[in-house]
Amino acid sequence: MNFPILSSLILLPTIGALFILFTRSSSGKYQSSKYVALFISLANFLLSLYLWHIFDKTSVDFQFLESKEWLVGFINYKVGVDGISILFIILTTFITPICVILVNATIKNKPKDFLVAILIMETFMIGVFCSLDLVVFYLFFEAGLIPMFLIIGIWGGERRVYSAFKFFLYTLLGSVLMLIAIISIYWMTGTTDVEKLYEIGIDAKYQNLLWLAFFSSFAVKTPMWPVHTWLPDAHVEAPTAGSVLLAAILLKMAGYGFIRFSLGLFPIASEYFVPLIYTLSLIAIVYTSLVALMQEDMKKLIAYSSVAHMGFVTLGIFTMTQQGIEGSIFQMISHGLVSAALFLCVGVVYERFHTRLISKYGGLVSIMPKFAIVFMVFTLGALGLPGTSGFVGEFLVLMGTFKKNFLVAIIASLGVILGAAYMLWLYKRIIFGEIFNNEIKSMVDLKIFEIIILFSLVIPIIFFGFHPEPLMSSIEASVENVLNMYNLNLTNNLAYKN
Amino acid sequence: MANFNLILPEIFISLAIMFFLIIGVFKKNSSSLIYNLSTISLVILLALIYNLNSVPDTSLFNKSYKIDNLATFMKLLMIGSGIFVMLTSSKYIQINKINKIEYPVLILSSILGMMVMISSNDLMVFYMGLELQSLALYVLASFNRENLLSTEAGLKYFVLSALSSGLLLYGCSLVYGFAETTNFNEILTNSGDEQHGLTFGIVFILVGLAFKISAVPFHMWAPDVYEGSPTSITIFFAILPKIAALTAFIRFLYVPFANMTGEWQMIIVFISIASMVFGAVAAIGQKNLKRLAAYSSIGHMGYALAGVSTGTNQGIQSSIIYMSIYLVMNLAFFSCLFMLRRNDEYYEKIEDLSGLSKNHPILAFSLLIILFSLAGIPPLAGFFAKFYIFMAVIEQSMYFLAIIGLLSTVVAAFYYLRIIKVIYFDFEKEKYETNHHLGLKVTLVLSTIFILVYFIYPSGLTEIVSKINII
Repeated sequence: MNFPILSSLILLPTIGALFILFTRSSSGKYQSSKYVALFISLANFLLSLYLWHIFDKTSVDFQFLESKEWLVGFINYKVGVDGISILFIILTTFITPICVILVNATIKNKPKDFLVAILIMETFMIGVFCSLDLVVFYLFFEAGLIPMFLIIGIWGGERRVYSAFKFFLYTLLGSVLMLIAIISIYWMTGTTDVEKLYEIGIDAKYQNLLWLAFFSSFAVKTPMWPVHTWLPDAHVEAPTAGSVLLAAILLKMAGYGFIRFSLGLFPIASEYFVPLIYTLSLIAIVYTSLVALMQEDMKKLIAYSSVAHMGFVTLGIFTMTQQGIEGSIFQMISHGLVSAALFLCVGVVYERFHTRLISKYGGLVSIMPKFAIVFMVFTLGALGLPGTSGFVGEFLVLMGTFKKNFLVAIIASLGVILGAAYMLWLYKRIIFGEIFNNEIKSMVDLKIFEIIILFSLVIPIIFFGFHPEPLMSSIEASVENVLNMYNLNLTNNLAYKN
Repeated sequence: MANFNLILPEIFISLAIMFFLIIGVFKKNSSSLIYNLSTISLVILLALIYNLNSVPDTSLFNKSYKIDNLATFMKLLMIGSGIFVMLTSSKYIQINKINKIEYPVLILSSILGMMVMISSNDLMVFYMGLELQSLALYVLASFNRENLLSTEAGLKYFVLSALSSGLLLYGCSLVYGFAETTNFNEILTNSGDEQHGLTFGIVFILVGLAFKISAVPFHMWAPDVYEGSPTSITIFFAILPKIAALTAFIRFLYVPFANMTGEWQMIIVFISIASMVFGAVAAIGQKNLKRLAAYSSIGHMGYALAGVSTGTNQGIQSSIIYMSIYLVMNLAFFSCLFMLRRNDEYYEKIEDLSGLSKNHPILAFSLLIILFSLAGIPPLAGFFAKFYIFMAVIEQSMYFLAIIGLLSTVVAAFYYLRIIKVIYFDFEKEKYETNHHLGLKVTLVLSTIFILVYFIYPSGLTEIVSKINII
C-alpha cells in the first residue's frame, strides 16, 4: 500500500489550520472556520480508526513506514507505527475534536486563532508519536511548545504570563540536553534512524550520560518529581481546552519516549537507573497525592493527581515486565481520557460560576444531577475503581512491580488509597452537602454539547474498564518485542563484560 | 585580460560610485534618483558576481586577491542582503530627512570595501578593504547629524573602531615581521612551530576582527551604535559587516594560520562562549528593540564563531549557513521595525509593540515567527542554523561549548518570549500606519516565508554551501 496514510494524518490538521488562517476576513465568517476545524479533526479521527483497523496486530515490526530524504546525507524523514504508538495517535485524534467543540462553545476572544493553534498542535502531537527518527522526533517534540505557549498565554487566566513562561522555559531547558544527546548519537553510530539504532545498539560506556540527557527532557515533560512544578501552574491558568490537551496528550509524549527511546536505545543505562526512577516515582505517587489532598483549587488538585498518576506510569515502565509496561501504556491512555474528562467537568462548573475554589461549591447534586452522575464516573475512573479503565492500568502496574520489588509495590499501593481519598473528598465537597451559596442555585445543568462531549468520554472509560481486550491485543506484541530486545541487549552486554 | 573579467564587479561598483558622485554634484535634488540607481547597480553587481559562480579558484594580482567559492558565495549573500536593506529603508530615510546623495554612495563604498575584505589574500589588501568599509560606516552611523544620539553613535564607533583597527594593523605588522611576507599562502609556508611572535600577531588580528563582528569582550560599541544610528543604518550594521568580518575570520584562521590551530582555537572558543552567554544575559533587561537587536546579534555571532572554532570544513559550512539564516531573520526583524510608524515617527521600544496582535494581526504573526526562529525553536529556520552548528561542534567532541551554547539558547529564549508576550498577551495601543511601500512589504513577506518553510527543503542551502571547501 503506497498511500502515505501517516503523513496525511500529520498534515491534515495543518492544512485545515492554513485554510482557516487564510479565510479570515469579516467576523461573520467565524461560523465556517468552526465547521472546518470540526470536520478536519473528525476526519482525522476516522482516518486513525481506519489505520487501527488495517493495522496488523500480530506483527512486531513498524508498519506503514514512510521514508524520505530530508537533510541530504544526514537524516531522513521517517515515520511508522507499532502497536504502542497507534494507541496514542488515536487518543490524540479523539481528544482534538472534543477540544474543537469546546472552543466553539466557550472561547469568545479570537476563537479562530485558538482553532488554528489546536490544529497545528495536533499535527505536532501525531508527529511525535509516529516519528522513527530522533531528529524528526525532537523537531515535533519541541515544536509543540509554540502553540501551547500561545494557548496558555493568550487565552489563559490571571497569571497566564507567568505560567506560559514557566511551561516554555522548563520544557526547553529539559530538551536542549536531549538535542546534544541526539547529535552525539549521530556521530557515534552514523544514523539517527530508530530502527537502525535498535539493531546497531549504542556503546555501553556512553549509555548512562545519553540516558540522563533524554531523561532530563522526559522527566520535565512527564512531569516527575521534583521538576513537576510547571504543571499545576500551566493547568490552572490554561483555558479548559488547553488543560485537556496538556493532560491528555502532552504528558503522554514523555511516557511514550521512555518506552521507545530510553528502554529501546539504552537498555544497560535503563537497568542501571531503575532505583532512581523507582524513588522519584514513589515520591511522585505519595508526596503529590498528599499535596493534592490539601489543594483548594479544583484544577490544581487534578493537576497534582496527574503527577501522581504519571508516577505510576514511570514506575510501570521501569519494572521491565510485560504487565508493568502494558499497565503503564493502559494507564496513560486511561489517564488521557479521565483527566481530560475531569478538566472538562471543572470547565463546566467554572463556566457557570467563575471560580475554581472548592470551598465555594457544595450541594450541586440537587441542582445539576446529570453533572453529578458523569462527574461520579470520572471520579471513580480517576481513583481506579474496578470496572473503569483506571483500574486496569493501576492493577497491571502494581502487578508488575510486585514481581520485581515488594517494598516499592507496597508504597505505591498507598498511592491508590490516597488517590481514592482526595478524589472522593473532592467529589463530596463539590457535589454533596448543604447549598450554602445562593448563587449556586441559579446554575443550570449540562447543556447538550456538554452532554455529548462528556458522554463520548464516559463510554470508552467504562468500556475499556470491562473489556480492555482491544487495547491489550494491540500493544501486546509490541511490548513483548520491546522487552525481548531489552533482555537480549542486557544479556549480550553481560556476556561481553564477562 | 582574464584577470580583468574576474574583478569586473569591483571595477563596476567603483565606477558606479564615482559616476553617482558626479551626478550628485551637477544635478540638483538628485538624491532619490541616486538612491534608486544605487539599488539597481547593486542588482547588476549581484548578476556580475553570480556570473563568477563557476569560475575555478584563482588568485589575482600577484596572488593578493582571491576569487573562490567562499568569496563568491559570501559576496552574493552580502550584496543580496544589501539590496533588501536598500529596499526596506527607502521610506525611512525620506521621513527622517537623511536622503542626501552621500547616503547611497557611502553604502556602496562600504560594500566595495567589504568585497575587497572578503576576497583579500594579502594583509595589505585586507587592511585597505577593512578601512574603506569602516570609514564609510563612521559617517553613516552619524548620518542623522541633527540627532544627538546619532552623532554620539558615530563618534563612539569611530574612536573604538579606530583603536581596534590600530591593534589589527599592529598584528599585521607583527605577522609580517615574523613571517617575512604579507601574502596569506606564504605566511602559511613560513609559519613554523616555535613562532611566538606570530602568536602575538594572531591575537592582535583576532582582537580587531572580533571588534568588527562585535563579539564579547569587544562588543561595547554595538548597543550604543545600534541604538543611536538611524534604523536604516542599524540594519546595515547588523548584517553586512558581519558577513564580511566572518569571512575574514575564516580566511585568516584557515589560510595563513592553518598550522597554528592550537594557538587560536582556545581564543575563538572563549570568544564564542562569552558572546553566547553575554548576548543572552544582557539582552534580558533591554527596553529598546534596536539595543536588544544588538545584544541578540552579539549572541548570534557567538554561535557563528562556534562553528568556525571547530577547525573542520563542516564547521565552516555550518557557520556560513548560520550567517545566511541569521541575515534573513534580521532582515525580517528590522522590516517589522520599519513598520512601526505613526505620523511620520518611528517607534522602537518594546512597549510600543504592546497588543500588536489585535491591531495588526499579520505583522504580529510575522514577528511571532521571526522571534521564535531567532530563539531557535523548531521547526523554524533558526533551529536548523543552530542544529548545523552543534552538529559540527559535537563532531569534534567539544561538548562543553555545545552545552553552554544550548543552555544560553534557553536564556535567550526568555527575552524573545518577553517580546512575544508584549505583542500577544498585553493590551493594545494606538494603531500604526499601514501604507508601507512595496519594497518593505516584499522583504518582510519573503523573509518570513523563508523562515517558515525552510524545514520543508533544508538541503537546498546545504548543497550550495557544501561546495565551499577551505581546508
